[in-house]
Formats: sequence, C-alpha cells, structure tokens
Amino acid sequence: MTTNIYQLTAKEKRFIGWHFFFAIFAISLGGLFGPFQAMEHAGWDFYEKWLNPLFHSYYEGLTLHGVLNALIWTTFFITGFLTFLMIYGLKRPLKYFWLNALGFWLMVVGLTTAAIPILMNEASVLYTFYPPMKAHWAFYVGVTLVVVGSWIEGWGFYITYYGWRKEHPRTRTPIIAFMSLVTMVMWQIATLGAAAELLVDLIPWSLGLKAGLDPQLDRTYFWWTGHPLVYFWLLPAYISWYAFLPRQAGGKLFSDSLARFSFWLFLLLSVPVGFHHQYVDPGVPEGWKMVHSLLTYSVFFPSMLTAFTVVASLENAGRANGGKGLMGWLAKLPWNDPSVLAQLLAGILYFFGGIGGLINASYNINLVVHNTAWVPGHFHLTVSTAVTLTFMGILYWMIPYLTGKELWCKKCAVIQVWLWFIGMTIFSNAMHVVGLLGAPRRTPLGQAPYIPEEWAGHLFRVGIGGFILLISLYMFVAVVIGSLFTKKLEKEVEPPVAESLLDPQTTPRWLDHWAPWLIGATILLIIAYGPQLIYQIQTAQFTSPPITNIFGN
Amino acid sequence: MANKHESMHIDTYEKTWIIISILMLIVFFGAVTVAGLSFGVRVPDPVQRVDPRDLAASGTFAEPGLKEVAPKRYEAYIVAQTWSFNPREITVPAGSVVKFYVTSKDVQHGFKLQNTNVNMQIVPGQVSSLAVKFDKPGEYDFICTEYCGIAHATMYGKVIVVP
Repeated sequence: MTTNIYQLTAKEKRFIGWHFFFAIFAISLGGLFGPFQAMEHAGWDFYEKWLNPLFHSYYEGLTLHGVLNALIWTTFFITGFLTFLMIYGLKRPLKYFWLNALGFWLMVVGLTTAAIPILMNEASVLYTFYPPMKAHWAFYVGVTLVVVGSWIEGWGFYITYYGWRKEHPRTRTPIIAFMSLVTMVMWQIATLGAAAELLVDLIPWSLGLKAGLDPQLDRTYFWWTGHPLVYFWLLPAYISWYAFLPRQAGGKLFSDSLARFSFWLFLLLSVPVGFHHQYVDPGVPEGWKMVHSLLTYSVFFPSMLTAFTVVASLENAGRANGGKGLMGWLAKLPWNDPSVLAQLLAGILYFFGGIGGLINASYNINLVVHNTAWVPGHFHLTVSTAVTLTFMGILYWMIPYLTGKELWCKKCAVIQVWLWFIGMTIFSNAMHVVGLLGAPRRTPLGQAPYIPEEWAGHLFRVGIGGFILLISLYMFVAVVIGSLFTKKLEKEVEPPVAESLLDPQTTPRWLDHWAPWLIGATILLIIAYGPQLIYQIQTAQFTSPPITNIFGN
Repeated sequence: MANKHESMHIDTYEKTWIIISILMLIVFFGAVTVAGLSFGVRVPDPVQRVDPRDLAASGTFAEPGLKEVAPKRYEAYIVAQTWSFNPREITVPAGSVVKFYVTSKDVQHGFKLQNTNVNMQIVPGQVSSLAVKFDKPGEYDFICTEYCGIAHATMYGKVIVVP
C-alpha cells in the first residue's frame, strides 16, 4: 500500500499552529510554577522573596500551574492535533472551517477570561475549584468557554466525518481519524458533569443569583468529568503510540483491530468511574464506591491492551532494524531521535504511573494515599510525563512539518527529553514516598508545623527534581522558538503514520459501527451514575453560601 | 467460520496477555473486597446531614469534643473551619476505639489521622465518619489534607494516646 502524501493547505497548517502556540505559551508559564512549588517543599521559597507582588501567593501559583498545564496546554494541544489527524486521516478539508475557527477563538476568549481573575489572586481555587470556596465569576465563565469551544471544534469533526462516510460507506475509517473521533465523543460525554456544575450551580451562585450550593453534589458533578479528563489527555498520546511511533521507530502497527477495540473500551468505560475519586467522601454510599472501583479496574484493561500492542509494534520495528534475540531489538530502536525518545521514555514512566493508578483505584487502599503527595507524584507520571512528554515528542516532528523548517538543535531536544525523564523520576519517586509517610498534597510543606524530621530528605529530592524539570521545560521552549528561525527543509516532512501488519479492511465491521458502542456507553452510565445522582439531586441541601476572603488578599 | 471478516484476529501471545490481565484484575478486586468485608478496612458511608451555617442546630455538633460512650469507647465530634480543628487536641487511653465524626463550618477540608487508616474528605453539609482503635500510646496528628485557603498548611490537631 503506497500512500501519496495528502497536502494540508497553508491555512490549515496555520490554524493547527495557532493551537500549538497557545498550548506552548500555557505550559511555558504554567510549568514555571511547578518547580517553585517543588523547591518550596525543599525549603527554598521563591514566592515570598521574588514572585510577590507579581504573583501573590503559593496558591495563585498552584492554580496557574494546574489550570494552564492540565486544562490549557492539554486542551489546546489536543484540539490542534486532532484537527490534523481528522484532515490528514480522512484526506479532506474540514467541512466548515469557520465552525472550527469559531470553536478555537472561543477557547482563546475563555482562556483570557479565566486568566485575568487568576492573575489578580481572585480565583486561587486550584483547577478542581471545589465549592463553596468561590472564585470570581469570570473564572467559571472562562473555563466554560474553553470547554464549549472544544465541543464546537468536535462538532466540526463530526460533520466532516459524516461527509466522508457518505462517500465511503464500506471503507474502514482511517485509524487516526477514528481514534480522534472516539476521543472527542468521550470528551463530550465526560464534560456533561462539569457543564452541569458550572452552568447550573457555580456561575449563577458566583453572580449572586443563587444563595447556596450543595458541595457534595458538585463534587459528584465534577468527578463525572474529572476522571475521564485524564483519558482525554491520554488518548491522543495513545494515538501517537499506536499510529505514529511504530513507523517512527521503523516498523508497523501490530494489531489494527485490537487498537480500535481498546479505543471503544475507553469510550465505554472512561466515564462511569468517577466515584473512585470520592472513596473518602461522606455523601456517597460504600456500595456505589465499590461499583465504581470494579469499573475502574475494567478501564485498566484497555490500557493493558495498549501496552501489549505498542510494545509488540516496537519489537516489530526493532527487529526490522536488525535487532536479534529476546531483548536485542530494544537497542535497535532510534533512541537518538528526540520524537521517538520522548515517547519511549514517556512509556517507561507510564508503566509506573499505571501501577500507581491501580493502587489509587483500589477502594480501601486509597485510604493510605488519598490527598497525600503520592497523588501528584502519580499524575506527574501520567499527565505530566506519559502525556506531556509524548506531546513534546509529537511537536518535535510536527513543528518542522507545519513550518517546513528544520528542528533547531536536535541534540538539545534529546538532552531535554532525558532531563525530563530524570527530573520526573527523582521528583515523582520522592513525592510517592513522602506521600506514603503522610505528607498532604496541595500544601506548602515548607510552612507546615507538623513535618517530621524523616521527611526532609525526600522533600529535598522533590526540590531537586523540580529544578531539573525547570531546565528541561525551558530547553523545550528554546528548541521550539529556535525552530522558527532555522533554514528551510529541502524535503517536506511526511507525517509518519504507521501501516498496520494486517490490512485495516480485514478489521471486523463491528469495530467501525458507532451505534452499539454509544448505546452501551449510555446504558453503563445510567447504571453506574443514575440512581446515586438522582438521589443526590433529590436530597440536595443548598446550604453553602460562597466563601471568598481566604486567598490572603 | 461463516464470515472471516467479522471475527477479530488475535495473536496467541496477545491472547495469553489478555487472560493474564483479566486474572490479575480479578485477584486484585478479590483482595480489596476481602480487606473491606473481612478485615473491616472501611471507607466513609453517609451518616447525617447538617446545616453548615448553624451547626449547633444539628445537636451532635453543638458542643464538639470527646464523648465516652462505654469504657474505652469514644465518639469524637470535630468541627473543621478555616484554619483550625475544634477541638485541636483529644486525649484517650491506649486500647480505645474512637469513632470520629467530622464536619465543616465553611469550605471543604480534609481529615487524615497519621499512621492510621482514617482519611476523610470533609464536606460542608455532610458528616464524615470512620473508627479506629489506638493500640500504641503516642501522639497522632490529624492534618487537613484539602486545600482550604491561604493558611491551609497550618491546620492540624492531635490525638494523644496515654498508656
């Protein structure tokens, strides 16, 4: 099967590039605060001495860190990447470019609207914004606009796909477009919870139109979205691991069917698992927590499938490159290619992130780790490495693809990736350990009066890891900026989409039909959430007025 | 096979991997269930609704503190508020079973009793409850583990277990 390269127009490339611009802008500011937090733990507090009065408090910094990295960097990168995957996968332009452009600019307006109150220390509520701690209303409106903007971009994808499907009724959907659509549909089901929380409760309440809220109900709304949010981050990284990494490494995708099957399972199982973030909540009965615990275990399964298929594809690549023996193929992978290296190291740390995740999901074992430093230790392996480092790796080929210019200082990019891996290993390990010893998360531990002596060494390692990550982050930003000023490439970059070992047309048709999976997802949601959600709404007591004067202004 | 195209091709190694994955998850889930049901490692369950604006009206939280319900059996009613626990300190003899009831007057808080299995989210309007047996004398800090405002890091209290 030969692929003649489908050309994106300059306008489409620019559009995708703008997504990446805002994503990288967000992480270059949001990422700055992470190391400040880590170094605060080690006893080096830059907030009081240096950052004041530009940035007012540790929690303004932590809010910026969470919102800009976990919500903005991810959402802007993902919508940009999916736009590319849809156009390039279906080999046709977006049906209504203006619709996607509208969605995108709405996201930008939302980002700006939310950023202003955060920077004024009027919305230091962290990215989970649990009521009844109240942020300025503009924060909630801004977050809502970002989500709605991403929905509109998704609708643009669906319409484009519908046009393609009508012309190709019997062809399997190209895998990168298929996976993008599943990611988007999952996201739109998942964000219904946050939409309810923001539109029904937080926005009217913050404007004074509603006197009180029921914080337990809002937690339930939030975590309807909060956990699948992590799959919204992860699935685009999985797309790269399944559909690009094998080719980048010199091989083929091991199993097209299993790859699609795992994505369907993510659509089914990502959402009805939110109570596993609420194991220690007072207002959710034990039985429902148990049900979500079981469902969370089930969603671990498609990740296991992914692990097999990705490693098998890499083995295929390593052997194609001349690797022999049980492990010899590993050495034959292109470790000196920053894009491949980033994804391989992301995968290695993700292995540990996955084990930690299984522990968090384990019902009563969660008592040991809930709200301790273990948790940020865990998700810095997942969203901040498996996802973020993979996204950086994708950008290392996509920026030259979009600009037509060489990547600046490939060696710097390789070092950057290694530093991220090393910094995160030190940081995350120390956070896990100190969390097991009982250190709370979201706490400037340098100021806490209850810190035992035995934590000191681990907190020092937290700071060291954070410092290494700071260097790595700005090396990444330097490579990106440098790449805008390099010389033109002689040959255009061909997007490295992997072929499947078996012709995708042999993939069974039931793996390319939406209806059964959408119905299944709905039924599962009704079972897992229906009774308890209705009960919580019916028995809600709106007795929590807004509480604001606690940000240290 | 009727239609080759409708069945999914699965490699032998992959099949083995799938079976191992499923078995592993079944074993884990079994272990967690046994720990919960047989060893009593419980998570919080709904107990009572209260009005955070008027905790005195709830009865139980009108006077927070320790109540002895039987020899070496206590109930501890604790109110979390920015940025302290009321009471800050309770003292019980070793071998006591203490059932904690914690609620919040204002924003969300956390209640993690160090070196025990007590770890709860404190949500205004709700009462969080778990029990623990203190076998060894010593001091057990309970710390706020949910961000609750600028001085969150200073919010803690302690259980003193005397011989």
